[in-house]
Amino acid sequence: MSNSTDSWSRFDRRERLLRFFGLLAGLVILVAAWRAMEVNYGYAVTAPRELADLFGRMYPPNVGYSRKIVGPLLETINISILGTALAIVMAIPVAFLGASNTAPNKPAYLLGKFIISFTRSVNVIIWALIFVVIFGPGALAGVLAISIRSIGFTAKLIAEAIEEIDRGSVEAITAAGASPVDVLIYSIVPQIKPAFISVATLRWDINVRASTIIGFVGAGGIGVPLQTEINYFNWEAVLTILISILGLVLISEAISAYLRKKVM
Amino acid sequence: MLTVDNLEKTYDSGDKALKGVSFEVSGNEIVAIIGPSGAGKSTLVRSINRLTEPTAGRVSLDDTEVTGLDKSALRDVRRDMGMIFQEFNLVERLTVMENILSGRLGYLSTWNAFRRNFPPEDIKRAREILSRVNLEGVENNRADELSGGQRQRVGIARAVIQRPKILLADEPTSALDPDTSREVMSLLTDIAHEDDIPIIINIHEVDLAVDYADRIIGLSDGEIVFNGPPDDLDQAARDKIYRGGESIADREGPSAGSSTDSDDVIAERGD
Ligand SMILES: Nc1ncnc2c1ncn2[C@@H]1O[C@H](COP(=O)(O)OP(=O)(O)OP(=O)(O)O)[C@@H](O)[C@H]1O
Ligand SMILES: [Mg+2]
Repeated sequence: MSNSTDSWSRFDRRERLLRFFGLLAGLVILVAAWRAMEVNYGYAVTAPRELADLFGRMYPPNVGYSRKIVGPLLETINISILGTALAIVMAIPVAFLGASNTAPNKPAYLLGKFIISFTRSVNVIIWALIFVVIFGPGALAGVLAISIRSIGFTAKLIAEAIEEIDRGSVEAITAAGASPVDVLIYSIVPQIKPAFISVATLRWDINVRASTIIGFVGAGGIGVPLQTEINYFNWEAVLTILISILGLVLISEAISAYLRKKVM
Repeated sequence: MLTVDNLEKTYDSGDKALKGVSFEVSGNEIVAIIGPSGAGKSTLVRSINRLTEPTAGRVSLDDTEVTGLDKSALRDVRRDMGMIFQEFNLVERLTVMENILSGRLGYLSTWNAFRRNFPPEDIKRAREILSRVNLEGVENNRADELSGGQRQRVGIARAVIQRPKILLADEPTSALDPDTSREVMSLLTDIAHEDDIPIIINIHEVDLAVDYADRIIGLSDGEIVFNGPPDDLDQAARDKIYRGGESIADREGPSAGSSTDSDDVIAERGD
């Protein structure tokens, strides 16, 4: 038995129609994009064989080679740490500009927002290319690429933490005759500290992964030997490098997750 | 002595929160400011130390005219005015000790503030105050681990360590239960007498004001409509503050018992 008060549906008629057409439009776009790619299906047919062949040549990984990649691996870690540290130093002032409650004025606020969007919108590989052109190949270009790329993300999340602080203690400390800098040190910094540490470690974790690829454009780290060995078809060495990257990423992820949990 | 002379505040929104308020406070007087919600009580106390910037009129503390000081001189005069807040306004993630010491930041260089390097006198005084407000043993706890009453006592300690010439309190008991409210009110009166400083207290509960204040200022719609000792706060005065002059008797008929109200007051003042 169903009368009108018993029946219930999640969407009314208009919403159902909207959802239907939304889904249809999504499918049309997908098909159009697929056709525009002009995929060569011939490659798809041979792909499984190529894959098996590649694995055959990769296996077993070259264990002796692992000694040679210790240096580049350390360099990768150094790039990620220095890049993150530099990013944080630059992101802190940007965050205070980009937070509506600490920006000194509207133009400064907009400048902060612009720096945040701009540094985020350019990919790390492009930053690396730019710095390799300016400073030559090597770890310095990598550190700069990583740090510039990270400013936006770091500053944005810190700015959000600043905007969410409780104004009460800011007021109380101001009322005691403290200067704005005292207020910053004593009220704002303690309040954003947990967010700050979690943003820094999360970004470092992301930067470890980024540091493994910027070597492809000459910006130092494990990516440099990886590209060389691929060019020389040294597949057993390539597998060794890939395994080492996997290990590095897993370790950094674990460390970063642990630190973030600790400050909560 | 604090002198408030023709103080006005019109917010950017156009709200006229204060319409020319004048009064004086001196000695170790406890002055309670009462009035309905939106009367301008918070605006008034916050205009005294210029957390809210008044739009006209004058505030003077002793010989210093607070209104019209530049930023740096304003900071100096704020050191002489302790403030206590309804929501305590502590830095929740810092310890009780750090919160109390923050009352001395106005006297500390930025570098010393950064290193939390307070002079030994401040630390000694913080410990004394800690026992005065009955918080011994929790000085190293984080503020967010305390109860409401304890937090307000930290807020009071932070104001007292300033060695202020006056205390301003904006509804210091509104977030507390009745018993704790009374504890906080007696603590404030003790401080006024021991340190010989006046206190201005915004307060919602008229009974608390009558019990603890030496003088009551009634604020209604941005104007002072009553200014006198608690004994003078009769039903007519209350009507004026809370009902814009319209009396309970007018509304509820001649038999409505306004006498029971004053009986309550007498009973409470008796204990
Ligand atoms: N920041 C502000 N911007 C605009 N108007 C404000 C602001 N703060 C207060 N007002 C207005 O000023 C008037 C007085 O407010 P105020 O907070 O001083 O009253 P109050 O007596 O403290 O009230 P309550 O008992 O509710 O705390 C009210 O009309 C209020 O709407
Ligand atoms: Mg108020």
